[in-house]
Parts: sequence; C-alpha cells; structure tokens
Amino acid sequence: MTESSNIQVTVQTITTALKDKPGALLPILHAIQDALGYVPAESVPAIANALRLSRAEVHGVISFYHYFRDTPPGKHTIHLCRAESCQAMGGKDLENHVKTRLGIDFHETTADGQFSLEPVYCLGNCACSPAMQIGNEIYGRVTANSFDTTINETEALA
Amino acid sequence: MSITIFVPCDSSAVSIGADRVAAAIAQEAEKRSIDIQLIRNGSRGLFWLEPLVEVLTEAGRLAYGPVQVSDVASLFDANFVQGGAHPLLLGLTEELDYLKKQQRLTFARIGITDPVSLDDYLNNDGYRGLSNALNQSQADIVKTVTDSGLRGRGGAAFPTGIKWNTVLGTPSEQKYIICNADEGDSGTFSDRMVMEGDPFVLIEGMTIAGIAVGANQGYIYLRVEYPHAHKALNTAIEKAYQAGYLGDNIQGSGKTFHLEVRLGAGAYICGEETSLMESLEGKRGLVRFKPPLPAISGLFGKPTVVNNVISLASVPIILDKGGDYYRDFGMGRSRGTLPLQLAGNIKHAGLVELAFGMTLRELLYDFGGGSASGRPIKAVQVGGPLGAYLPESQFDTPLDYEAFAANWTVLGHGGVVVFDDTADMAQMARYNMEFCAIESCGKCTPCRIGSTRGYEVIDNIIAGQELGKNIPLLRDLCNTLLNGSLCALGGMTPYPVLSALNHFPKDFGIDEKANAA
Repeated sequence: MTESSNIQVTVQTITTALKDKPGALLPILHAIQDALGYVPAESVPAIANALRLSRAEVHGVISFYHYFRDTPPGKHTIHLCRAESCQAMGGKDLENHVKTRLGIDFHETTADGQFSLEPVYCLGNCACSPAMQIGNEIYGRVTANSFDTTINETEALA
Repeated sequence: MSITIFVPCDSSAVSIGADRVAAAIAQEAEKRSIDIQLIRNGSRGLFWLEPLVEVLTEAGRLAYGPVQVSDVASLFDANFVQGGAHPLLLGLTEELDYLKKQQRLTFARIGITDPVSLDDYLNNDGYRGLSNALNQSQADIVKTVTDSGLRGRGGAAFPTGIKWNTVLGTPSEQKYIICNADEGDSGTFSDRMVMEGDPFVLIEGMTIAGIAVGANQGYIYLRVEYPHAHKALNTAIEKAYQAGYLGDNIQGSGKTFHLEVRLGAGAYICGEETSLMESLEGKRGLVRFKPPLPAISGLFGKPTVVNNVISLASVPIILDKGGDYYRDFGMGRSRGTLPLQLAGNIKHAGLVELAFGMTLRELLYDFGGGSASGRPIKAVQVGGPLGAYLPESQFDTPLDYEAFAANWTVLGHGGVVVFDDTADMAQMARYNMEFCAIESCGKCTPCRIGSTRGYEVIDNIIAGQELGKNIPLLRDLCNTLLNGSLCALGGMTPYPVLSALNHFPKDFGIDEKANAA
C-alpha cells in the first residue's frame, strides 16, 4: 500500500468511527495525529466531507491549535516549557542549551529526523522547574547535563 | 504480613524519578524476599521531598524523602520497611510541619489514597456528598452550594451557587456541565494534582452539579499537556460507570449523568469559557460575546454550567458536611479554602491548601522557606500569566480576592511564582506581551495587534530608545488592551506588564522620578 493510500484509509476509518460524536472535529484530529504523528493536508477533504464542513473550516481549526501539526514530526517531540516558573529557575539558559545541542530552533526537526522541538507554556510541573516533556514522559528540574543524558538515552533506545 | 509502601504516581513526582524508585523498591523487596504491597498514591504536594516514599507502620505512615534509586538499597539495609532509622527519614507524614499547618478540604484524600481505587475513595468519605444530594431537591442542593460561599476557583471568583441557580432556572430539554480542566495558567498545578491524585472527587462533583441543575451530560475539557491526568480520569470514569456512579440510573435513583473527557490542543485561550465551548463544538477557539451567558445559552446553545476543576472538586465536601462547614473557613467574601501553588524560585515548592486570609509573606517564608537560590526574593507573580508581579512592599497582602483586587493584583487560580533578584522584569514584561501575541485568538484588535506592538515597544525600551516617548506609548497601549479587549487575555496582560513597569522601573532603564511623570 502506498503511503498516500495508507493515510486515506486511516483518515477514513477514524472519521467514520467518530463523526457522529457531538463536536467531533477535535477528537478526529487528535485520533489522526495519534495515528500518523501529524494531520496531513490531504486528510482535510475527507474530514470536511464527513462532518459537512468546508475545507477552509477544517484547515482553520487545524491551524488555530498549536498542538496540531501538518508536517511529520521527528521520531521524538520535545516540548520545552518557556513559562514564568521555568524562567525563574534558569529556563532561558536551558532553552539556549537545548537549541545548541540539537542544532535547531523551536518548531524545527533535527536533520536526522530524531527530534522535533516545540515550546510549551506550562506542563503543570512548576514545583519542579524547569520542565520538559518527551512523548508522554515528563521531566523535572532539567539541567543542561540531565538534558544531554536524557537525549542520549532516548537516541540509544531508537 | 505484607508491608504497605507508598510511592506517588503524580506526574511531578514521576518527572523526578518516582517510577524508577518504585521499580527499584519492588525489585529490592523481591531480592530480599520481603513481602510488600506497593501503592502508587497521589502526591502530598511537598515537591522538594519528592519522590516521597511512605511506609505504613503501627504508629502511622512514615515518610522518607527525597528518595533516589541509589538510596533504595540503603533504605532496605536500614530496615525502612519496619520504620528503621535512615538519613532520609522525615518522621510521620501527618506531622510534617508543611502539611500539618494546612487546612485540606478539597485535597483531603490526595496523597493518601490510590487515586484510581474506588474502594479507597469510598473508604475515605467518597460519594457521601452525592448520597446526600440524591436525597435532596435540586433547589436545596443549589442552596447548599450558594450558602457555602464557594466562588469559582478558575480565577474569576464568580459565586458557583448563583451560576448553578441560573442554569437550574433556565428551562431546556438538554443542559450541560463542563469542567474547565484547561489549566493553562503557568505556575499552577492544583487541577492537575486533583485529576491525577483524586479523579473520583471531580467525577462526584460533576455528578452532583448535573443532578442539581438537571444536566445529563458532562464534559471534562482537559489540556493535552496532561497525559497522566487523562489516563487517571478515563480509568476512574470507567470504574464509576461500572459501579453505577455514572450512567442512566445512578445508584438506583433514576437520575442520569454521563461524562466524557475531551482533549484540548495547546491553545491557552481555550481556558476562557466561551472559547472552550467553541472548541468543544469542534471550532476554532474564538471568544464569544457575552451575553448571552453560558448559563443561559452555552454549549451547542444550551444552558451550561462551566466550572473549574477545584470548584467542582470542592462540591462533594460541601454536600457531605454542609454549606456552613465550608463557609466557616476564610475571610470576608472569600469563603472556604484555596489550594495555593508555590512554584518558581522557591525552596519548598508545593501545594498549600489554606483558608483565605493568610498573607503572601507567610506563604513565601513560613511555607516556602524563601528562594531556592538563597538570594532575596525580588518579585512574585500571583494568579498566572495574567497576574500582576508583586514587589516586597506588597507581600503583606492577605490571600483574599478582594484584598488582592484592591492592590490591582489578582489572586486568580492561586498560582504563586517566585523570582529572585536576578530576574529582569523588563524581560518578563516583554515575555508577557509575547505570550499574549502567541495565544491571542485574534478576534479583537487590541489583543491581536496590541500584543505584538507591545513587545516591540518593550524591545525599544530595553534598547534604551526614546524612553520619554516609548514609556507613555506602552502605558497607552496597555490602557487600550485593558479597556478594549473582549476577554481576560487581552484585558489582563497589562497587569503583569504595568506592575513590572511600576514596581521595577530600573529594569526598564528609567529612574523612578521619570516613570512617575
């Protein structure tokens, strides 16, 4: 099966299963991003059709929410907190270190496709600042050293 | 006999190693053939002591912490399973000063029970509020909540009972209860702790709300940044359905209440109630005009109660012990307790639930122990990213909605973020404007464009350019945002910006005399 038809099948299965929920669009977009890692532009017509919305409306929703992305992410997405509590505990220095270590800025993916870096505005881990999240794992009191260790471990798992 | 050991599953505890510690304890116990029962409880909220390991002894629960994997073997060597002495032994958990000085009503069970055990919940006063509610008229339930003096804990502090009464009095076939669990305010984590540490209390509170106003469907709008809370809520909801605490015939009463978790998608604005409802309806999270009030025309145009997690989680104890019991805590028009969240540059970061009325200074020093860095505390931002920065001269403000409002500050959701004297408040003000620009829904001009112009002007100020012109320009811009925005994002971003400018003019490169002009 080609990648494109694989996307179409996944999108079709998800929209069929969820389209009758009240306010189904966000649950559908979440399910697609969970399955594919992103919401491909080519999924928009099928979603629009199933929910009787215009493609513009669906695109508008995807682009409104920071969490939804329309390009494939790296193998691991790092969400680094930029909010006040983390800033109060050296978050800015950590942010500079992370960007240097990965060689990318926010919203970018490393050339080897391993890591995407996204800002996040609070993970609710403010009592253990600075904080970051990789996948569903949350890390607290992150230092430049502990970040490097985590990244090396995550890479080794790959 | 099996020995009971507790290691928190709270995501903050896990973020600093609780899962690894739990695994190491299980492994070491097996190696030494010691029969243990390992319970993953919620966090007590003493985060500088996490991972906090507790052992159940005859005298009570003994605390050891902070425990790292490398400490586990030595804990077993010291026979900690029988309460043996060890450098990490802190004593009886309940006797720890930080905990003992609190008044835990909403957080009564958190850290004590296994969050997703319905038996634990029932054995610790769970579902007593619902049981009382099922024997009362709808009007009586609403009256009890009104009498308790409970005000919305999300930030706006609107009386919960009045909101419920409006929904109760609005005739409709379909009504909704929405729990606003989009805890986007940076520096806050009490909602997360409730959802991870005692999800049944939120489910019970929402069920009571549904019965009180005649709503049979509830939604928990949860931020996507909280995967642990998502899992705990879904597990608890499933158990509540199985045990007849949710569904079509709750505990044989004939009452119906269904509950579902819906995930947000990283938009801060969706914590604003009308934007949240747009999002639940599957749209962009654009703020709606009010009126109509959500209580009259809310989700899908139906009467809707929108309450914060802490508000709803406070309802079961109010229905259990009565409105008077709850109202007897607090001061002035701020009744009951507020779970405060101490974060940022503070030695003893954590969750402090207290009756309203204590001063910020007591919280910062008696509980918090001063800054984590050991340097002087320069500023404290209370109430999230839209809350003002308080300088030392305002630390004696009592923690009370009205006392804070009188200072042009905000108590909000009870988040307290501490900065030491290395913080540059001009940079913080710039960040606050930038945050507003990133998170603005774009509906109204002052917020959408004003925020971008705002950080540009602050950039110019930081660069020392034409202060005489740019400072008044920034003030003028803040005034436009304050008065011309549809919701609190644009309307309150000036709070942190102007408080930084007013209290820390030196950071903006101006002397106080010039600023006053």
